[in-house]
Amino acid sequence: MRNFWNTALRDLGKIGVAYILITVGVWLVFMIIIPQLIMFDYSLRPMLPLRDIGGPKDVWTLKNYMVFFSNRLHMAIFFKTIWSSIIVTLTALAICYPIAFYLAKVARGAKVGLLMLGLIIPYWINELLRLFAWQIILADMGILNQLLIFLGIIADPINFRMGNGAVILGMTYAYILFMVFPIYNVMESLDKNQLDAARDLGASWLRIHYKIVMPHAKPGIAVGCTMTFMLAAGTVAAPQLLGSPSSFWFTQVINTNFECANWNLGAAYATLLMLLCVVFMFIMLKLFKVGLKELTQ
Amino acid sequence: MKSSSIFRIVIGLYLVLFFAYMFLPLIFMTIIAFNANDIPQITPWKGFTLMWFGELAKDDQMWSALWNSFIVAFSVVAISVPIGLGGALLLTRLQFKARNFLYGVLVSPILTPGIILGISTFLFWDSYLNIPGGLWTAILGQSTFISSYCMLLIMSRAQRFDLTQEEAAFDLGATHRQVFWKITLPFLKPALISSMALAFMQSFDNYNTTLFAIGVEQTLPIYIGTKLRSFISPAMNALAVIFIILTVIGAVVYEVRRRREIIKAGVKITPKPAAQVIRM
Repeated sequence: MRNFWNTALRDLGKIGVAYILITVGVWLVFMIIIPQLIMFDYSLRPMLPLRDIGGPKDVWTLKNYMVFFSNRLHMAIFFKTIWSSIIVTLTALAICYPIAFYLAKVARGAKVGLLMLGLIIPYWINELLRLFAWQIILADMGILNQLLIFLGIIADPINFRMGNGAVILGMTYAYILFMVFPIYNVMESLDKNQLDAARDLGASWLRIHYKIVMPHAKPGIAVGCTMTFMLAAGTVAAPQLLGSPSSFWFTQVINTNFECANWNLGAAYATLLMLLCVVFMFIMLKLFKVGLKELTQ
Repeated sequence: MKSSSIFRIVIGLYLVLFFAYMFLPLIFMTIIAFNANDIPQITPWKGFTLMWFGELAKDDQMWSALWNSFIVAFSVVAISVPIGLGGALLLTRLQFKARNFLYGVLVSPILTPGIILGISTFLFWDSYLNIPGGLWTAILGQSTFISSYCMLLIMSRAQRFDLTQEEAAFDLGATHRQVFWKITLPFLKPALISSMALAFMQSFDNYNTTLFAIGVEQTLPIYIGTKLRSFISPAMNALAVIFIILTVIGAVVYEVRRRREIIKAGVKITPKPAAQVIRM
């Protein structure tokens, strides 16, 4: 330990060490750890009138979590959030894998730059506006309905906003590009000679991908899946803009709790969402056998 | 030969479909901003107009939200970049046992849903400490995860730092201060500049965290969200067009700079493109 401080002081000086300790300390303690702990603490306490807070009734209890587990509707919404986020993640993976591969290993020269631009531009457009674009397309008198009527496929406009389809469609569009870049990054470092060698030895392209590209791209796939799932499960905007009263989503349930000023219940629900994302991340780490370190590089 | 040309056609078709999927919605949104129809749709086309831009400019709420967005974004830059630098120096320059664990904790905000960061920040400051939340809690909530991005960006450059340069300077009698200002900082400068740009954009675009952390105030995304949930006017399309134009300019500048750096560095992988440029 003493050794550590000596080296630190030698390399960075007193001011340098103090700077690091203060910036990282404040960030770690007051921005990352304590707020999370406080949220967890809230989730374990009953909602009480102000005068009872800190009193004998203010004890830790699992009551807020029991509210969730005894509410069929909320559980159903939670599971809907899980499966639709999985759908979004898998769709994004299926669509983006070829794009990432093409960009990293097939495209050459100016084409790479152009394709890159083509990805960055929609990626950088505000999430709400990307969802707004789908709000317009899926509206009752929107482009899709007009087109279908024009083609004679339907006679009357379809209400696409009913049910969950529009939200899932919107989420896929809004978060799909979070899959491209992580996979592209790892594929870029793949040695092209490996691919050529495999091809020369007569491996089919399916086999090349299965045996060479995919194993190499694992960390990127894990990152992409974790990010996409997290964004889809935690999206507030997609259900707000594309959902209907008949399709309520988990983030909206959380929001409602806070709007009803039941912060304790809201904190419990938020903790559940957090847990879901953590569990999903660890499943990804296990599934792709990558470490947390590789995951975020 | 024949199968490879079929392959090429399939790939070409796939790319065309993919980019159509990415861009057509944005193109529709843009065209509608110039339609004199007061429902935001392409049909019926009621003639070319710029009135929606005027409508947008008349909205006081929009201006105050924009102003707030700037305040928040500049503050986030001022907080996140120094923190990110501290974290990057800690993780690249010092060796200690808990290093990997600490790394995990410091990047965890990126993998946390934005809504959770917003809620926890607001609960802690506003509810627990009873300091009324507002723009500043939004700034803190956003900085929690934006600092992680800045750290990763600065780290990826700091890892390539040649320590012998510092050692040589020390041997020649330089002080820590001199070494930092003359050697370390100039080397990190490109990463610091890109992390400032990244932090600004991330903050300017943030919805999830801000929505829960900001209380009753509004930033531009909150304003957009509120508008899009109620009555939708093509003024929002006008706003979208402005966003799109700025994004296109930003993306072109970014890509040109990236390519130039790749050429300068002479190696292929130098600046990882957008892994760090994740938004939200």
